[in-house]
Amino acid sequence: MIWSISWRNVWRNKIRSLAIILAVTIGLFGGIFSYAFMMGMSVQRTNAAIEYEISNIQIHNPKFLLNEEINFTINNPNKLIPIIEKTPGVKAVCSRIKCPGMASTAITGTGVVINGINPESEKQVSKLYTKLTSGKYFEKGDKIPVVIGHKLAKKLKAKVGSKIVVTVANTKGIITYGAYIVIGIYKTGNDSFDEVNIFVESEGFSKLISFDKNKTSEIAILLNNNDDTKKVADLLNIKLKNETTEKNITIETWEQIQPTLNAMTSMMDIMSYIFLIIILIALAFGIVNTMLMVVMERVRELGMLMAIGMNHKKVFSMIMLETIFLSIIGGIFGIVISIFIVNYFNVHGIDLAVVGEGFNSLGYSSIVYLQANNVFYIEAAILVVITAIISSIYPALKALKLNPAEAVREEA
Amino acid sequence: MGIIDIKNLHKVYTDTKIPVKAVNGIDLSFQEGEFTAIVGPSGSGKTTFLNMVGGLDTPTEGEIIIDGTNISHLKSRQLIDYRLNHIGFVFQAYNLIPVLTAIENVAFIMQLQGKSKKVRNKRAKELLDAVGIGDKINNRPGDLSGGQQQRVSVARALASKPKFILADEPTANLDSKSTSDLLDMMLKMNKESKITFIFSTHDQRVMDKARRIITIDDGLVVKDEKVDK
Repeated sequence: MIWSISWRNVWRNKIRSLAIILAVTIGLFGGIFSYAFMMGMSVQRTNAAIEYEISNIQIHNPKFLLNEEINFTINNPNKLIPIIEKTPGVKAVCSRIKCPGMASTAITGTGVVINGINPESEKQVSKLYTKLTSGKYFEKGDKIPVVIGHKLAKKLKAKVGSKIVVTVANTKGIITYGAYIVIGIYKTGNDSFDEVNIFVESEGFSKLISFDKNKTSEIAILLNNNDDTKKVADLLNIKLKNETTEKNITIETWEQIQPTLNAMTSMMDIMSYIFLIIILIALAFGIVNTMLMVVMERVRELGMLMAIGMNHKKVFSMIMLETIFLSIIGGIFGIVISIFIVNYFNVHGIDLAVVGEGFNSLGYSSIVYLQANNVFYIEAAILVVITAIISSIYPALKALKLNPAEAVREEA
Repeated sequence: MGIIDIKNLHKVYTDTKIPVKAVNGIDLSFQEGEFTAIVGPSGSGKTTFLNMVGGLDTPTEGEIIIDGTNISHLKSRQLIDYRLNHIGFVFQAYNLIPVLTAIENVAFIMQLQGKSKKVRNKRAKELLDAVGIGDKINNRPGDLSGGQQQRVSVARALASKPKFILADEPTANLDSKSTSDLLDMMLKMNKESKITFIFSTHDQRVMDKARRIITIDDGLVVKDEKVDK
């Protein structure tokens, strides 16, 4: 009957109860929404980095990682790639010639990273070709084609069809020049990537810089499942043990290549919890206040209950249960609303066009697709109930301190 | 030896600037089946005395022995248990649980005692029949008149099968008709079931029905008279 009394007590003052239920609902929704927003941003950033920029795993000459010098190459890619392709979990592999250089138009010039690629194998690993805002991706028959980022295009005042001169030191250290025609302009959402990386066909580029066709600067590996990255990297380290031991190559996961991505995800995760805790603290004060009012309004009734023989444990439980019911109702509403809204924006995204430039310059997409895992929903709901329990302790203890002899004579 | 034996009962409140002697040495004995009114002016110590007899307050000195148990030395938790199982309370303002129906209010105390649902519902129904509101068992207190609520309160007090019932100004909020009906009902129970009632009252109508009237003033019993009726 204690449960029944507590449940019915919840509905004695409907407006007050609804206000606290609403507070719990909004608080929980706020916490989940902010988490889903931050997670959406960081997951999108990570996925974008994997899909358009670095893929899951990369292999380099260890010296290349210290100095992106054209001569620090992987000397036997034709031997390594088939081994990599046969490794479980690997979806696709491609190789790139990569070196720093200068891209210029008649108007201006800027430093870039030139990526010499095989368009066919590159398409299997990188989805950059899906991010073209104008022009097209590489096709057979294109003459000296180059694909550049929108940020670089803006900087060079280039457009599709514009001529770009690439200046680069060849393998002998001699400065050479190559003219290219812009055939496509891409936009990944990461301005700093788009401003620096240009893509040319490796065949022509290798001739320009006298690069040995049987060598490469970088092997990029795309996996079927990102969660297997560490496992596959470990497996490759075993399979290519001879190469790694002799320090001919270094195998790195995307987390090692761009540790900031992982750090950002962890930071956003922590920030979400901090935000949720701040909301819960505010909620706790609201619950304490409401439940104190409840106790103060029911002094005579509580005194009577203690006078007729209701022990402290039961009185305490009754107040606690009332708070728990309120928080559970609010929690359920909060979670249901959050699931609907998060799922909606997971599909449709939130377009932050107004601040899009700022987001892009930080590497984040201006359209955020919310994401929240089920664990967070459960954790948030549990935290709300724990908050309710903790915040009802003080009012419940206050009830226990009532003197039943005096309380039963209290004026209503 | 009576059902309640009170020896040299004192209560001094020391939480005020000047200690207040509320009860100043009371010796009394109540027998089973008595219908007693305790009267006295406000501030006479009547309420303090009843609080101690009801186990809601502890004496500074003296003993309260109820059916052989000295409750003056019981700890707070033991007193709660004692009140639950041995004392019935009827309050001036009825003090029913507003969210429970009449039958649930009566059954609630039996649930605190750990009785089964079947037992408590059966007894609650019987008691509500006995106090004359068997047709309103599913009404909540807000749907009952003052007199009806006080009847539920009496049924609740009886539900735990107490050794006696303490009624604190039970008629103070009732009209003449309700007062008369309630007192007749209590008297009938007293006669038929030998239930011991102790009233604290200012109400002449209660005093008129009482078989023993104890007058307290300045924390002392100044008059203890038995009335033959």
